[in-house]
Amino acid sequence: MSATTSTARGIPGARKDLTVARALGRRRHLTNTIVKVACVAATVLGMVLLASILLSLIWRGAAGISLTVFTHTTKPPGSGGGLLNAIVGTLIQTVIGTAVGTPIGLMVGTYLAEYGRSSPLANTVRFVSDILLSAPSILIGLFVYEIAVEPFGGFSGIAGCIALAIIVIPIVVRTTEDMLSLITPALREAAIGLGAPKYKVIVQICYRSAMDGIVTGVLLAVARIAGETAPLLFTSLGNLNWSISLGQPMASLPVTIYQYAGSAFEDWVQLAWVGALLITFGVLAINIAARLLLRRGK
Amino acid sequence: MQQAVALSGSPATRRSSPGDAIFAGLARASGILVLLLLGSLILSLFIGGLPAFRQFGASFLWSTTWDPVKEVFGAGVSVYGTVMTSILAMVLAVPLAFGIAFFLTELAPNWLRRPVGTAVELLAAVPSIIYGMWGFFVIVPIMSQYVEPVLIDTFDGIPVLEDMFAGPPFGTGIFTAALVLTVMVVPFIAATMRDVFETVPPVFKESAYGVGCTTWEVMRSIVIPYTRVSVVGGIMLGFGRALGETMAVTFVIGNSDHINASLFSSGNTIASIVALEFPESGTGSLKLSSLLALGFILFVISFIVLAISRTLLRPKLKV
Repeated sequence: MSATTSTARGIPGARKDLTVARALGRRRHLTNTIVKVACVAATVLGMVLLASILLSLIWRGAAGISLTVFTHTTKPPGSGGGLLNAIVGTLIQTVIGTAVGTPIGLMVGTYLAEYGRSSPLANTVRFVSDILLSAPSILIGLFVYEIAVEPFGGFSGIAGCIALAIIVIPIVVRTTEDMLSLITPALREAAIGLGAPKYKVIVQICYRSAMDGIVTGVLLAVARIAGETAPLLFTSLGNLNWSISLGQPMASLPVTIYQYAGSAFEDWVQLAWVGALLITFGVLAINIAARLLLRRGK
Repeated sequence: MQQAVALSGSPATRRSSPGDAIFAGLARASGILVLLLLGSLILSLFIGGLPAFRQFGASFLWSTTWDPVKEVFGAGVSVYGTVMTSILAMVLAVPLAFGIAFFLTELAPNWLRRPVGTAVELLAAVPSIIYGMWGFFVIVPIMSQYVEPVLIDTFDGIPVLEDMFAGPPFGTGIFTAALVLTVMVVPFIAATMRDVFETVPPVFKESAYGVGCTTWEVMRSIVIPYTRVSVVGGIMLGFGRALGETMAVTFVIGNSDHINASLFSSGNTIASIVALEFPESGTGSLKLSSLLALGFILFVISFIVLAISRTLLRPKLKV
């Protein structure tokens, strides 16, 4: 069908057809150019926004960086405090949250990739884990408030850790499952052929060969929870005094930034920018490290 | 020792080795734990919100009264704000994200692909509170001094637009919140779109180029039809993020309990009102229960959106 029409069009000498074809070609190329320019513009805009965020952080944050920030705790406005308790609080909650969430996420990922595969239970778990991965983090905060703050009569660092651990789980699940299913069957078969029981094959062979990918997932989870604010508002609450007790309200950088940035005191706002600078570059550094690790693995 | 077991036992006895049973049991139990986690999350929000649902009935969903003094609460204003800011953000974000994804897959020279791709991913990794601060200290002044006065003047006298772009240019409000949300969700959608576009078999595109298609024609006639379903899934994923975003919105939305036709007026989203009013609601109070009920509504909305997104995305991005 198209053979006849295309040869008809292709016959040289038909001047009218040639003019039409040229006009059409011009229009097609014009559309193409317009779209290309628009797409380049969109990308440039995206890069400008990233630069704007980073530059405003450096611009306003670097001015306030001093040793005091790291050696003094938060103090009332005008008395020259630092962010020590917030930094330590974020470190504690991030480390415990990761330490609790990672093993659970690892086991769930193992279940999905090695045991459940496409059974109805595994499919449900995969679906629910994906929902948790993108669920609004403020709801996780409300949930932990209901189960770990209200019944025990007060905000506490431990409640903050639980909230963060819940966020870690689905991130680790996703990367663990992906990485385990990438392992070549031959490796597994070789181990089984030697007579190793399944759990030894998983722990000693599969985990080892998927190690880079799994660590990447954990690093991404750390980067994510280190900057989380919403789930901590109702759990560890924040604490302007020095406290490393898990039973007490605990300070954290994001929550302190939130309180300080909205305040009317200039030195608090300045400290908020310093905190924002620290947390952003910390999170981005961990992210870049995770990506480099994954690239090395590939 | 393991070898001895392997040699002496039949496959059946090997499978029942205690280590295997324990490990398999643990893995299965962890899977079930995740199910319980989501189940109890829904349940706890529902139970917490029950007093509010009982008190105000179904009208809680659309009532626009939020009066802490008289203890009358309704979700109308915040549901409106949540949906409005998110939809507005998607309208702005989708073309932008599409442009970036198109650039990354078809236009960018090889040496530029990785750095720009990484930059987009880093933009997605910036904590949301940073977007909030950036919006509050950088975007809000620009909006109130330059953008909003110009828009108000431009649309003055045009029937519907006149009301949408009206009022004093404070800089904060629904429109600014939508802008900050746009910047937040663009990297998510762009990264998903790029991954989806890359699943198109090269042969398809090469054949199209071979018959003389331009880059845009390959995109429009080959890549988009092939990936349409997953692209919608990626957009829904971004929509889900926008609906539940808290910190970025809280800083710039202005916190008001009224619905106003103007996009420049202050408003509320479910997440922002929960973050802002939670500290002022005592344990066991009707207000706290109303906030938890709002949380339940937000959960239901985002669950639906995320479930759709996942159903559309999974087949393409995963085996």
